[in-house]
Amino acid sequence: MHRLARPRFALSNRLLPLLLTLFLGLPGAAFAADTLDTGDTAWILTSTALVLFMTIPGLALFYAGLVRTKNVLSVLMHCLALTALMTILWLVAGYSLAFDTTGMVEGQTGLHAFIGGLDKAFLSGVDGGTLSGTIPEVLFFIFQCTFAVITPALMIGAFAERMRFSAVLIFSSLWLIVVYAPICHMTWGGAGGYFADMGVFDFAGGIVVHITAGVGALVACIMIGPRTGYPKTAMPPHNLTMCVTGTGMLWVGWFGFNGGSALGANGDAAMAITVTHISASTAALTWMAIEWFKHSKPSVLGIATGAIAGLAAVTPAAGVIGPIGGLAIGFSAGIICYLASTTMKSKLGYDDSLDVFGVHGVGGFVGTILAGVFGAATMGGNQIGLSIGNQVGVQLTAALITAAWAGIASFALLKLTDMIVGLRVDEDDERMGLDLSEHDERGYSL
Amino acid sequence: MKKIQAVINPFKLDEVREVLGKVGVAGMTVSESKGFGRQKGHTEVYRGAEYQVDLLPKLTLEIVVRDDLLEAAVGAITDAARTGKIGDGKIFISSIEEAVRIRTGERGEAAI
Repeated sequence: MHRLARPRFALSNRLLPLLLTLFLGLPGAAFAADTLDTGDTAWILTSTALVLFMTIPGLALFYAGLVRTKNVLSVLMHCLALTALMTILWLVAGYSLAFDTTGMVEGQTGLHAFIGGLDKAFLSGVDGGTLSGTIPEVLFFIFQCTFAVITPALMIGAFAERMRFSAVLIFSSLWLIVVYAPICHMTWGGAGGYFADMGVFDFAGGIVVHITAGVGALVACIMIGPRTGYPKTAMPPHNLTMCVTGTGMLWVGWFGFNGGSALGANGDAAMAITVTHISASTAALTWMAIEWFKHSKPSVLGIATGAIAGLAAVTPAAGVIGPIGGLAIGFSAGIICYLASTTMKSKLGYDDSLDVFGVHGVGGFVGTILAGVFGAATMGGNQIGLSIGNQVGVQLTAALITAAWAGIASFALLKLTDMIVGLRVDEDDERMGLDLSEHDERGYSL
Repeated sequence: MKKIQAVINPFKLDEVREVLGKVGVAGMTVSESKGFGRQKGHTEVYRGAEYQVDLLPKLTLEIVVRDDLLEAAVGAITDAARTGKIGDGKIFISSIEEAVRIRTGERGEAAI
């Protein structure tokens, strides 16, 4: 079937021989499309900008406001530096390891069901005329690059305020290649990918982005240990206006994240954005209501965190569910992520400083499982005749395999990083703050 | 000469300054300060973690006056800074041995 999935090259005849050679060698080419669609291309160009905007400055501001004054620059620096570094790694090898389809055969579980080859390293063989579906492949590359940027950047919230900058760079680089690229390949690499062949629903990255980052973050914050003084010393957020600004940017940017994952300007994209917005709104209100009830006041950080939880949770499901699914996933994420970030965290005692696991890991897990329920047409989704029990089993299996791999690999990579440079700054430097100790700068001169 | 050190609520500064001017006080020093007394602090909650904030923001005024102005100045501050609720602040009075105006070298009451 996938031998038919060979693009016709309407745009650039001069490239035909080269591209034919390339694609004849790629029987598993995932995209069964033909000519460039300018509408689709315009929307994915826009989405790419939206998703990059989520990391810089959305996530950067969201995280920066949550740390103490003395560490504000370190968090902004992590986001900026990882954006640049992950981009280069994505070009060098990441994209190829995730999306090269060499050797993939549907239903066969060989090496290339788990990881791509290096044929597309440095975008080899790809130019402006090469198509991926109805959009230029280079656009698909850069759109996916913004996902590869934000995923490691999400993790920095777990080990904020204490990890050595060089260790952040080394760990994140290794992690992109060892954790992100294979899980991305297994899920989105096309027919022949391990999870893809299982029939998993992961529209925009509940598994690929949020479970990988959430579990990696949990392992990292446990291995590096709590911040000095945690939990006895008060460490309240230093600037909630930054957090709210960042939340707004993330929320808006998520329209590109989920809407763009339709890879076209069409009804799927419109529905994805709609359910994304519904889920974010529902989770925001749910979290706000819980705190209002529990602490007698509705908190600004609460409604903001709830919105992010709803956005993370709807991500895997946004392509298959309807509005009812958006309500259900948002409501579930609001409750479960709240409990994970407050009760569970304090009971277990780990210092996931900015709640990466509680919000993204748990939210991604909730959405991944519920996608199997609310994707069914009988539950308002678009999957006609879906066996919910069967699909939930598939979702759960993929989520657990991902969590296991992300956990084991993150552990090993952190050990390796610790041997190379040491994970943690020394206690004096931590007390002084990472802005001065790691960067010789201050965020505020007041 | 006496020094009046008054810890007051920040929002009362303008009223206090106005009445002090009326009783003839010619200058003062104002510092932002934090402290606690009988007034309890407040609780802040961030993602379920409760923080007790004990130190509340106040302003500390330092005013040096002639002995004969003392009671009028203290009375003016007390009236102007009072809301009747806990947290209105305190006034401490001490004796000053000497004062010097740096510009002219004048000493004593002439310097204040």
